Amino acid sequence: MTAILTAIGILGALGLIFGLVLAIASKVFYVETDPRLDLLNECLPGANCGGCGYAGCGGYAEAVLKGEAPIGKCASGGNDCAMKMAEIMGVKAEKVERRVAMVRCSGYKTTDAEGNIVGGKLKGEYEGISDCLAASKVAGRGPTACKFGCLGFGNCVKACQYGAISIKDGVAVVDEEKCIGCLACAAACPRQLIVPVSPAQNVVIACASLAKGAATTRSCTVGCIGCGKCKKTCQHDAIILEKNLARIDYTKCVNCGDCAKVCPKGLIKDSNVEHLPEVTAEA
Amino acid sequence: MEYMQVVIGILISAILSENFILVKFYGICPFMGVSKKTDTAIGMGMAVTFVMAIASAACWFVDAKILQPLNLGYMQTVAFILVIASIVQFVEMFLKKFVPALYQALGIFLPLITTNCAVLGVALVNVQKGYDFLQSVINGAAGGLGFTLAIVLFASIRERVDKTDCPECFKGFPIALISAGLMALAFMGFSGLKIF
Repeated sequence: MTAILTAIGILGALGLIFGLVLAIASKVFYVETDPRLDLLNECLPGANCGGCGYAGCGGYAEAVLKGEAPIGKCASGGNDCAMKMAEIMGVKAEKVERRVAMVRCSGYKTTDAEGNIVGGKLKGEYEGISDCLAASKVAGRGPTACKFGCLGFGNCVKACQYGAISIKDGVAVVDEEKCIGCLACAAACPRQLIVPVSPAQNVVIACASLAKGAATTRSCTVGCIGCGKCKKTCQHDAIILEKNLARIDYTKCVNCGDCAKVCPKGLIKDSNVEHLPEVTAEA
Repeated sequence: MEYMQVVIGILISAILSENFILVKFYGICPFMGVSKKTDTAIGMGMAVTFVMAIASAACWFVDAKILQPLNLGYMQTVAFILVIASIVQFVEMFLKKFVPALYQALGIFLPLITTNCAVLGVALVNVQKGYDFLQSVINGAAGGLGFTLAIVLFASIRERVDKTDCPECFKGFPIALISAGLMALAFMGFSGLKIF
């Protein structure tokens, strides 16, 4: 009987002592956290997409609290989120611009009615790991004839939390309705093919080939050959021709779309971003 | 001199031939759960090493100074759980206040360790083998290093396995379990290492 009692007594005492020590420690070691941090965390969507450039929503909230980051960097939370955050921090919110991602490659691997290849050609069969980065590292830089175009193994698809990107005929396509512009896909693309567009910067040249015109034509029927028609047409001097590829200088581009009309390959595309509704945080 | 030999023996056997995860199969749940990325695996390994060393020390005291004199050896398991849980809580609070950098690195892993059986296991093994205070602490730290070694190796294997084209039915967890089994098989090879 005494054995049981000692056991109960000793363990009870141990528990009591530890409990007391912890209770005291929680008072002594109490670290004051800013109550605004929890509030900020609450109004962020919690998707941890990383589009703001911080490690998850918590990281962004802390940066905002310290004043290191501006409000309105959260693309997935959108305006609602920015307004709420601004209220908490007691500043005025800037409007969050609607952005969507666009893929700078048009080399869809398709054939026309007669069986001729239209779009990007393949130079071989790749049977390795189904991953863009792995495929781009093999000798010859992947299975696509074009060394710059989309590989189509879908690293961007895997990176997208919103199901907004898919592979169609071997090239990634963004569903602009679903895209919230976090650019997680851009970070996942080993060929840096994905760029953001906003209503003010809406025109994109959907090719990234730096090869010479003849080489580009050999590997893809819709590659930019650097002919310069767009440059000549542009009245605002906004097109730069560099390394056999036309590029848009967004500081000068006025979104007129004249270049798109003259491109012999039909490569210059604009997104539908200006007609899309503002992003709103999910309830 | 003989003491040094024993200490080195403990060190090597705890890391390799009696690896807590791959030979004794303690602490499997963080091993499977926190091994998707090498970075987090390293963090977890460090946290476990830290806690195992401290828990060994504290449990040795509780056992040798309180339980044994009162003939309460049979209450070891209960008492050790109590000690470990409190210590982890205490360490977490202490780090948050005084070493925020370390708290940032280990913070999220500490609560996960509270009920880790590798930590409880090391305390019980120390008693079973009759280690003294220093030996217990060394066994704890080395056990933690063995844990780190296993989980970091396993995380890097899993990172590569994730990229491979493995059959649909094995994707994800099943292939991870098979890899873990193969690793355990490989570590069994160290059991030939009879030092002392």
